[in-house]
Amino acid sequence: MATETANPPRARRSAIPSMSVLGPILALVILIVIGAALNGNFLSAGNINNVLSRSAFIGIIAVGMTFVITAGGLDLSVGSMAAFIAGLMILVMNAALPSLGVGVPIILLGMLVALIAGIVAGMLNGFLITTLGIEAFIVTLGTMGIYRSLVTWLANGGTLSLDFDLRTFYRPVYFDGVLGIAWPIIVFAVVVILGEVLMSKARFGRHCAATGSNEHVAHYSNVNVNRTRMLTYIMLGLLVGVATIMYVPRLGSASASTGVLWELEAIAAVIIGGTVLKGGFGRVWGTVIGVLILSLIDNILNLTDLVSPYLNGAIQGVIIVLAVILQREAKAKG
Amino acid sequence: MSYLRTILAGTAAAVIGTAALAQDTKVIGVSIPAATHGWAGGMNFHAQEAIDRLEEVYPDLDFVLATASDAGKQVNDIEDMVATRNISALVVLPFESDPLTPPVQSVADSGVWVTVVDRGLSVPGIEDLYVAGDNAGFGKVSGEYMASQMPDGGKIVVLRGIPTTIDNERVEGFQSAIEGSGIEIVGMEHGNWNRDDSFNVMQDFLSKYDQIDAVWASDDDMAVGVLAAIEAADRQDVKFVLGGAGMKEMVKRVMDGDAMIPADVTYPPSMIATAIELTAVGMTSTAPVSGTFTIGSVLVTKDNAEQFYYPDSPF
Repeated sequence: MATETANPPRARRSAIPSMSVLGPILALVILIVIGAALNGNFLSAGNINNVLSRSAFIGIIAVGMTFVITAGGLDLSVGSMAAFIAGLMILVMNAALPSLGVGVPIILLGMLVALIAGIVAGMLNGFLITTLGIEAFIVTLGTMGIYRSLVTWLANGGTLSLDFDLRTFYRPVYFDGVLGIAWPIIVFAVVVILGEVLMSKARFGRHCAATGSNEHVAHYSNVNVNRTRMLTYIMLGLLVGVATIMYVPRLGSASASTGVLWELEAIAAVIIGGTVLKGGFGRVWGTVIGVLILSLIDNILNLTDLVSPYLNGAIQGVIIVLAVILQREAKAKG
Repeated sequence: MSYLRTILAGTAAAVIGTAALAQDTKVIGVSIPAATHGWAGGMNFHAQEAIDRLEEVYPDLDFVLATASDAGKQVNDIEDMVATRNISALVVLPFESDPLTPPVQSVADSGVWVTVVDRGLSVPGIEDLYVAGDNAGFGKVSGEYMASQMPDGGKIVVLRGIPTTIDNERVEGFQSAIEGSGIEIVGMEHGNWNRDDSFNVMQDFLSKYDQIDAVWASDDDMAVGVLAAIEAADRQDVKFVLGGAGMKEMVKRVMDGDAMIPADVTYPPSMIATAIELTAVGMTSTAPVSGTFTIGSVLVTKDNAEQFYYPDSPF
């Protein structure tokens, strides 16, 4: 069974957790210890809430990306797609304002637009990749440029802003929450739990791993390879829509600079978390750790004056590479 | 080179060849970066508006506008203008100084009038007219305003733009203006002229410092992010935020007397219109327009905000 070949790292976990499992967790713990030692406010509820909320956009997208990469695909268009959907959502909501007025219906309309646009965009990527058989890298590089241009065009080169009253009404979706936990964190958590169950317990997760591991073997094992891939792209598109729903209320605007490099951050988070870039094995909870590592680095660098801000990118780069080396070492030994 | 131009001009005139007017028509090429962020969007808007207006005013002037998304494309645009449109003057806002210097120099060498806007070329003396923004002055005006608003000094945080010469000149101007005023910069980070980045940076500044008296956001897009972060944290210690550039939403808030946005400092994207207009004057009259024209950064307060409010501009 192809599904068996996808699971060897898990089989060994019963004895001692391997480095590929421990690596990302260890890195996260070290970062938290460093942060707490450097600044007393690091572990304050406010800071934790801030970091988790802002991780939610990339995090929600990265969960979808985990499935795409596990199934042997890649999607470079998600950052531009998020910017485009945000722009579209703002335009639709502003246009509907005179007829619907400020209230729950118009917010629901905006959310619906975001989800549908996400699904359609995901289907388009999926169609070009599976049905037409074009390389995922090329297809999504193309759609990345298309969505980025479209949002610039929609905004006429400037910024699309949500009507002020509407923004005030919609704002709590990012800033408020339940029991002091902000909505983006709650939504992120729900997406992660569903994703983890889908990946490790459901048939779909096994099909993704099988497809990414060896397309032909998967095909002969009665896995519908094209449909599995198509579904991963649709799911990612849908999650980009969800992330956008959480993003728009924060600043109430979208421009050509929205979501720049989100795709690479999401991919980096997935790989740091232990998912294999060439497909065949994915770990949703690892992705969450990857996302947290990336946003904590930024946060810690802002909270301290240890290094020149010019070097923020270099430090992130070093940690990404280190995290992946740790895992490779473990694999080579095992 | 110059008789090549004459031949080209002659050929072009012969091809068009319908009216005597065609021989007198001069073409001005305008090459600017594409609208990839708010300020550039405003600049595109003002360039288009200036061209539409000047084509009415001067029937014997023709304009070619090209927008480039990177330096390489801008070089191609300029080469195409010279080769196919036989331009008499070129107005260029260089995407980057170094890569654009050689191509613009060869255009100037062929006898075409060259107007450079905002970012200077790396070799001095190529252009006939330089319409310059004043980045050091931008920082200075901002710093002087901060010092005047905080006579007893205080603690401020600064958000910087994308690491570039422009940003360095602004920050240096700002720092020297607040020297000795008792204002202390407790934190300084790059918000990259981006709303989302500045939101994150400001959230972290608010966690890090218990007391922040004011913020120099140094850009109106960054001020939007900063304001959202302050609002979300519900912090009362921050008295005001000073942005910059002159985005219409911010100028509106100054005009309305918003206490958090008491002022703005201009770095007007409409400087492209100044450059096109001066070039047109140079092409059609004997009035001398060569030299350097520096557009000063002006402090916008409640009293004069109306003059700086362009509701139709995208920026």
